[in-house]
Amino acid sequence: MRVPVSWLVEHLGFDEVPTPDELAEAFTRIGIEVEEVSPLGPVTGPIVAGRVVEIEELTEFKKPIRYCKVEVGPEQVNQIICGATNFVEGDSVVVALPGAVLPGGFAISERKTYGRVSQGMICASDELGIGDDHSGILVLPTGTAQPGDDALELLGLNDSVIELAPTPDRGYAFSVRGLAREIACALDVPFGDPGVVEIPEPEGEAWPVHVDDRPGCSRFVARRVTGVDPTAPTPWWMRRRLMLAGMRSISLPVDVTNYVMLELGQPLHAFDASSLSGALTVRRALAGEKLTTLDDQVRALDTDDIVIADDSGVISLAGVMGGASTEVGDASSDILLEAANWDPASIARTVRRHKLPSEAAKRFERTVDPALAPVALERAAKLLNHYAEGQIKPGRTDVGTPALPEPVSMPIDLPDRIAGVRYARGVTARRLGQIGCQVSVTTSEEGQTIVTAVPPTWRADLVQPADLVEEVLRLEGYDTIPSVLPPAPAGRGLTEQQRRRRTVWRTLAEDGFVEVKPFPFIDPSVFDAFGLPADDIRRNAVGVLNPLEADKNVLATTLLPGLLETLQRNLARGVKDVSLYNVAQVTLPRAQQVPVPSLGVDRRPTEAEVASLLAALPNQPLHVAGVLTGHRELAGWWGKGRIADWSDAVEAARRAAQAYGVQLRVVASDLLPWHPGRCAELRVGDWPVGHAGELHPKVVEALGLPKRTVAFELDLDALPLDDHRPAPMVSAYPPVLLDVALVVDASVPVQSVSEVLGASAGDLLEDIRLFDVYTGEQVGEGKKSLAYSLRFRAPDRTLTVEEATSARDAAVAAAGERLGAALRA
Amino acid sequence: MSGANDPYDPKQVAALSAEHLDAAVQKAREAFAGAADLEALAAVKPGHLGDRSPVLLARREIGALPPKAKAEAGKRVNEAQSAIKTAFEERFAVLQVERDERVLREESVDVTLPWDRFPRGARHPITTLAERIGDVFVAMGYEIAEGPELETEWFNFDALNFGKDHPARSMQDTFYIAPGDSQLVLRTHTSPVQARTLLERDLPVYVVCPGRTFRTDELDATHTPVFHQVEGLAVDKGLTMGHLKGTLDAFARAMFGEDSKTRLRPSFFPFTEPSAEVDVWFPEKKGSAGWVEWGGCGMVNPNVLRATGVDPDVYSGFAFGMGLERTLQFRNGLPDMRDMVEGDVRFTQPFGTEA
Repeated sequence: MRVPVSWLVEHLGFDEVPTPDELAEAFTRIGIEVEEVSPLGPVTGPIVAGRVVEIEELTEFKKPIRYCKVEVGPEQVNQIICGATNFVEGDSVVVALPGAVLPGGFAISERKTYGRVSQGMICASDELGIGDDHSGILVLPTGTAQPGDDALELLGLNDSVIELAPTPDRGYAFSVRGLAREIACALDVPFGDPGVVEIPEPEGEAWPVHVDDRPGCSRFVARRVTGVDPTAPTPWWMRRRLMLAGMRSISLPVDVTNYVMLELGQPLHAFDASSLSGALTVRRALAGEKLTTLDDQVRALDTDDIVIADDSGVISLAGVMGGASTEVGDASSDILLEAANWDPASIARTVRRHKLPSEAAKRFERTVDPALAPVALERAAKLLNHYAEGQIKPGRTDVGTPALPEPVSMPIDLPDRIAGVRYARGVTARRLGQIGCQVSVTTSEEGQTIVTAVPPTWRADLVQPADLVEEVLRLEGYDTIPSVLPPAPAGRGLTEQQRRRRTVWRTLAEDGFVEVKPFPFIDPSVFDAFGLPADDIRRNAVGVLNPLEADKNVLATTLLPGLLETLQRNLARGVKDVSLYNVAQVTLPRAQQVPVPSLGVDRRPTEAEVASLLAALPNQPLHVAGVLTGHRELAGWWGKGRIADWSDAVEAARRAAQAYGVQLRVVASDLLPWHPGRCAELRVGDWPVGHAGELHPKVVEALGLPKRTVAFELDLDALPLDDHRPAPMVSAYPPVLLDVALVVDASVPVQSVSEVLGASAGDLLEDIRLFDVYTGEQVGEGKKSLAYSLRFRAPDRTLTVEEATSARDAAVAAAGERLGAALRA
Repeated sequence: MSGANDPYDPKQVAALSAEHLDAAVQKAREAFAGAADLEALAAVKPGHLGDRSPVLLARREIGALPPKAKAEAGKRVNEAQSAIKTAFEERFAVLQVERDERVLREESVDVTLPWDRFPRGARHPITTLAERIGDVFVAMGYEIAEGPELETEWFNFDALNFGKDHPARSMQDTFYIAPGDSQLVLRTHTSPVQARTLLERDLPVYVVCPGRTFRTDELDATHTPVFHQVEGLAVDKGLTMGHLKGTLDAFARAMFGEDSKTRLRPSFFPFTEPSAEVDVWFPEKKGSAGWVEWGGCGMVNPNVLRATGVDPDVYSGFAFGMGLERTLQFRNGLPDMRDMVEGDVRFTQPFGTEA
């Protein structure tokens, strides 16, 4: 909301008007956010009112150019070039004479242009720093000024505009009236309320009106003004204020409704009464009804939209925008003014539905003072009477009795207790009175002092003690609240799970991976690139109704698409060796989607209700995933380095799980998008928790990734929180070290050989490590040789070689029996 | 050689004469000194200390001497031999030191060779910041609460006192989940964790919740549709807005340094009443020192307490929420938020694992 300071202070009893910055600071301090303070001008030098005496149209240029004779003082006529065409001979205009400097340092001088000498400039309002209208030059209403009058005073350039953004709970603050009251409270100055005036008693109705939808329309008031001179111009002072507030002048009746809305906060609508047929009815739209609104758009109405209809059908989208058929036009002289209170929620829905935000709707959504409608109509009618000789008809239609705010009671020291401040005596009652409440103080049966406030009609937001508390605190100033640390409770620190997650997070970074945070929105076509079958569970993704990018319209079921896209971005930017990881939630729909229960907020939901609420949410486990391409160990003076391969992905996943305190088992798998021969399923016991390995060559090709890109993904939430409390017993006796090489079929997984050896070598085996894998002629086709070093040790004595050897032999025998392993010759 | 029974005059056995032995010692010393390295020393050693060396050969003559003369001659030979040994050992020690020094010299390398064998890893600065904030509050006795990113409207809005059609709901441009009537959203703030916490935990509660949040803002230098917040919630008996301010001041000092301070400006959030915006004083703000908007806060609205079964006549509480991207942006002076979301490793790597 933009408001000129001169308008704001009109209702305030300042001895000395504060500077715009002081006013802005006062607004900020009490919670009306200031977006901008813009002083008008600066304009210096000779700027005067002028009268256009003669217009010569120059036609030799590509655009219309006028060479005008303008009377700029007694007996003084200047010749001025002008590119605008929105004026006629005899019009009053504003002329910057040579020597004037306009906003932005624009200096005016006598100069030759379009082949003529131009002695000044006829100004548009934006060139003068008033509003942003540059559709033509500023034409002053007839009689506003005489040629040669100082235009600086006329234009009121010694003024500033403050742009404010009141919070949505304070509907009253979307008006000069409300904002002036705020300043009155903030700076303790007298306030003359333009919203409280005597209203004459009506004689009869202004127009027949039926309100069929009382919940949608709590009050409907109408007043009729006839004989309005349709040619009457809007007075300059009103045009100036509208322009400074950011509104364009249209016609006197429309300008008047806008002006009164800005001043009081009550949106009004003006109908051309001669185009109305029969009584007005307020109701919800019927299915299939349409309305052409003022902006000439045909709108299909919803049965939830509140409308005003006459015998011809719907004529207005209530509270949002009027209809074209009853619009006040160039010839309208019989005007029906309407002011109402519409249901804020309905208006909000209509605005959203039709994507039609308007100044009126903005105020109705935030609740309009229900006492204001007749006052605003009276003000508008009087303005039409004064400036267009309209006759105010004696009738007034006033349907409905809007609910008034209910009294709110609280202990008088509640503000003190909430703030942690001991306010001076009487502060609470005084502040509540200042904002317009009727305040009374009583003593309860327990002897407590209770303050009861009846909120004023414009404060529908004051419904509970906390609302009153905020008023007292903000007006006394948040800066008077002390800074005190609450006494610390004994916290338990991070949970086991939180600590372990942090370790995973850190481990991968220490391991050379760079953490990235791709968005969770993915394009489902990536699953085609992954080659996933139609029934793959990962294709079952949750959809987003209003995605920012139309094709990225589902939530990730796997972290790989986001990681691979980020990988591509890095490669495109010239980085070749990339290891990325991400730790994030994925969204997995439940097999059976449960509807969300409808719960109120007036009490704590039951355990069963909470459970059903939680059951309606998809699973959202925390995953960790990584992708690698290029060198894992860089090439350099030390050697060629090493290119990342499938085993790096498996190792990273295992290290991440280890950091969580879990040892992963690995079995061969063939899950897409991984290479069917290079894909490891990662398991805890027999429970699969993720996959790692090299990506399928087709996937790599489809996504344009470097060959042999590798990846892993692990469900962190599937890892058990094993209670990990090691108590190692360390033997100081010497070990016996034995090596053994076994030949097995190439198809036998190494892990099973290792497991059999480890399990069969007995308690004396302290460590087993595979140190070589050999395939080739020496072991024969389809075979491989696995070389292990075994370390045996006894806890209580020096182990003999014989004992160790027999333990080894037992292990080898078991491997032979179960896996067909033979000692390598 | 003389016969065993021959009368014998030691002076006549030239090899045992003092002159002869002195000369042998002298020769040995010269030979050792002349050895340039340990190999040369080892080569000359047998000639002076070996079985065929003059002193050893002289020792063999002692047996032939009359008993009276044996002792004297023996002593003379021992002294000579000992002198040669000493000379050898001294030279050996010198040459050994020389050799060791040479070897170390020869083994020296250029330690300025680059050592970037393994590409550097790094955590995202938002992750590190979230942990750091968690630590600050854990140190104050808080615990860390969590919640899902896809949330029911009840937790994201209803329980937080957002009326069904109140304009506050449209203040937060929401991603809705299909189908249209799902009543599910991507959480627009971390505040639903407030309601979850009050339903799940016993009072009093002091929790913070860092997490990912979503709003339909187009990505630009100061907005991102996916961002992070940290939520704080304390509900206890007798909590005041002064406690809120004290907590925010401590938080600001932990984030921005001991000299930082905060300012509360009255504002509006449905889930707090009274509500405030928190500004932080920045001495190095662009241009001149000034207040920078940091987040929102307030006293928990009694309606929120009621919806979660907490008696607002007994308990009061405060809550606050800050954007982590924004915090990082002005804490580190980062001009463009897009860098935080694009995942360019050149942005993240300098943060390392703890920055």
